[in-house]
Amino acid sequence: MRGATHATWAVGAVAVALVATACGGGGGGGGGGSGGASGVLSSSWGDPQNPLEPSNTNEVQGGKVLDMIFRGLKRYDARTGAAQNMLAQKIDTSDSQNFTITVKDGWTFSNGEPVTAQSFVDAWNYGASLKNNQKNAYFFGYIEGYDKVHPETGTQSADTLSGLKVTGAHTFTVKLNQKFSTFPDTLGYVAFAPLPKAFFSDHAAWLKKPIGNGPYTVDSYTKGSMMSLRKWGAYPGTDKAQNGGVDLKVYTDNNTAYTDLLAGNLDLVDDVPAAQLKNVKSDLGGRYINTPAGIIQTIAFPFYDQAWDKSGVENVRKGLSMAINRDQITSTIFQKTRTPASDWTSPVLGAAGGFQDGLCGASCRYDPAQAKKLIQDGGGLPGGQIKISYNADSGSHKEWIDAVCNSINNALGNDKACVGNPIGTFADFRNQIGQHKMPGPFRAGWQMDYPLIQNFLQPLYYTNASSNDGKWSNKDFDKLVDQANAETDKAKAIQLFQQAEGVVRDNMAAIPLWYQNGSAGYSDRISNVALNQFSVPVYNEIKVS
Amino acid sequence: MGRYVIRRLLQMIPVFIGATLLIFLMVNVMGDPIAGLCGERQCDPATAAQLRKEFGLDKPLWQQYLTYMGNVFTGDFGTAFTGQPVTELMADAFPVTIRLTIVAILFEIVIGILLGVVTGLRRGRPVDTGVLLLTLVVISIPTFVTGLLLQLLFGVEWGWIRPSVSPDATFGELIVPGLVLASVSLAYVTRLTRTSIAENKRSDYVRTAVAKGLPRHRVITKHLLRNSLIPVVTFIGTDIGALMGGAIVTERIFNIHGVGYQLYQGIVRQNTQTVVGFVTVLVLVFLVANLLVDLLYAVLDPRIRYA
Repeated sequence: MRGATHATWAVGAVAVALVATACGGGGGGGGGGSGGASGVLSSSWGDPQNPLEPSNTNEVQGGKVLDMIFRGLKRYDARTGAAQNMLAQKIDTSDSQNFTITVKDGWTFSNGEPVTAQSFVDAWNYGASLKNNQKNAYFFGYIEGYDKVHPETGTQSADTLSGLKVTGAHTFTVKLNQKFSTFPDTLGYVAFAPLPKAFFSDHAAWLKKPIGNGPYTVDSYTKGSMMSLRKWGAYPGTDKAQNGGVDLKVYTDNNTAYTDLLAGNLDLVDDVPAAQLKNVKSDLGGRYINTPAGIIQTIAFPFYDQAWDKSGVENVRKGLSMAINRDQITSTIFQKTRTPASDWTSPVLGAAGGFQDGLCGASCRYDPAQAKKLIQDGGGLPGGQIKISYNADSGSHKEWIDAVCNSINNALGNDKACVGNPIGTFADFRNQIGQHKMPGPFRAGWQMDYPLIQNFLQPLYYTNASSNDGKWSNKDFDKLVDQANAETDKAKAIQLFQQAEGVVRDNMAAIPLWYQNGSAGYSDRISNVALNQFSVPVYNEIKVS
Repeated sequence: MGRYVIRRLLQMIPVFIGATLLIFLMVNVMGDPIAGLCGERQCDPATAAQLRKEFGLDKPLWQQYLTYMGNVFTGDFGTAFTGQPVTELMADAFPVTIRLTIVAILFEIVIGILLGVVTGLRRGRPVDTGVLLLTLVVISIPTFVTGLLLQLLFGVEWGWIRPSVSPDATFGELIVPGLVLASVSLAYVTRLTRTSIAENKRSDYVRTAVAKGLPRHRVITKHLLRNSLIPVVTFIGTDIGALMGGAIVTERIFNIHGVGYQLYQGIVRQNTQTVVGFVTVLVLVFLVANLLVDLLYAVLDPRIRYA
């Protein structure tokens, strides 16, 4: 009889457990909360790649948190992208090289410590110092003394930037090593955030539970799983949180996050998976946002390879650009979450910020016949075939690279003219780019650090610039960028940058493909949802009903 | 028996070293992980060099391996790129995956063996044919299809479960993911048990037991099942390791933050320390599970003796 009893038991246990799950399934989701200003919303999140420090975070997921718990000297308007004073009372300069910054009085960190000029200077020195391994250290590269604190090789000979001087409780001066007229507008980037003394005195504890000066405080943080942020009642700024808090939940797969949204267990997904774009309208109705972000996708060339650097090859590059049917690819593969590019910046800059629709001209319009002619004029494809390299591990890069190649092959009437060259991981892709081993053109994505035309041009095309992966070099371009940086009048500076962009166009230094949109979906519990130019939700403005 | 166990334990050492060395080499062949740490831009050379030094990546590979193995024996599995010690990641991930594996194994044992016995005893009847067809369907459908389908039906359409598992990952929440993870193995367990039972049903000792007038359930549990379970135990034993390491797909679908999730993150970010650390532990799990299976043989069938 014993055996039978056992079996009954086991079956009974399973049945009980099944019932238990069914009960647990309905409740507990969505974050609960009573709604109104005290309601808490839940949002999808990815595990940050690096430790959460302002000058060490260079991807969206970590940036999302820092954007909620930090406020810097400037802040970019979520709608226009314009840099507006936040903690900065004023930033003065007479020569675009020496700046005097006055910090507003009355701001504190959430632990009560006042935010002073010293909080900024300490944070910037920390970020620049080589021994702290900060991945955004180069942001401080314009400040005098950077080469001592962060030499390219060897050990550092100074611990603090000589260009930073605290002149009062709330004032400090910044001396740059070159003229940089739009420097104040870069200060909205999170790397320039102030840090409290607790950051330096107990670094490990701070990383476990970061303390900042923004509208939210970290309530609890389980690494790799979830972060609960709550409204900071005593926040002194005007952009107070309109909700009680945000629970960021880590999802490995954005498809699961989307499923959770549909099932009512999640309020906000800020990355709608490509596979779901077709259904998103019928699934969510009006609760779907698709707005431009400061991201442009291009195809870069290995100019260190003689075959791509000869004169006349620019015609091949222009021809390739004309052979790509951007309209068709963006509407079929991306369901219009990308906009065909016609310049090398992004629409989020606005016309006043330097975006110029159609700057690329005929070179970016699909014209297969002209494309074929141009490529033949330029001496044909180097080696008779091009391989476009991309990392196959993330995004839907394979799909669009194949489509681009198809488009080129159709235009040239040769189905072997262009092939994709997948590289297993992003790290290896970056690795091969860094070693200048690219066998041909390669995918190059650029997400802006701050909404400035300078940020779309200088890091990517200036001789030996940090992200000039193709090693393109042009004296005229460099000269125009230098002039633009020295120009104190903003409008004139932007004009000069646009002229520099003209040089990029005439040489087709990189093929612009499309501007990327941020896409998000949300539940009917929340409203007033928007994405900023970095495709990060503006959390503090979200209302929970 | 004691000598046998010791011999088996000694055999584990070369297997362990070989397996870790292989995975160490494979992860390193993929190139410099620091290159992917700075987003779409190149890390500045000074910081990259500094990071390489911190993670010991500037040394020759053999030296990295020796240092690594040396540290492992003191319980130090290194640090992930997020600044978290790998042991901390393991402490988070393994309990979750172990719970998931337990659920899956329970499904295999309870449902798999039960169905196997029922069909084995009723060979050729409609029940048998029905279950055989069902297992064929389960085996031929990939896990991710089953997983996504159950998630959609139970989670979204009918609202019985939450489509994703919370960070706590309690047993209750893991039932459906466990079933998905177990599904293919469960079908195999059913088929294995069925064949074994059907074969032994005709053997002499069963006939003797029946002739002695023993009650039917006693014949089945004491005589028939005990002998028939040997191949099944072998299968389930080796399956423990396979389930833990192979949970990547299931864990991804249901957003379970277990071993599969950490391995996936580690591979995508090319984080040598995470990948090698987790695989090292999984290798150990495999080896121990195999050892247990071999020891269980002696318990199930006293005729199998180890010198």
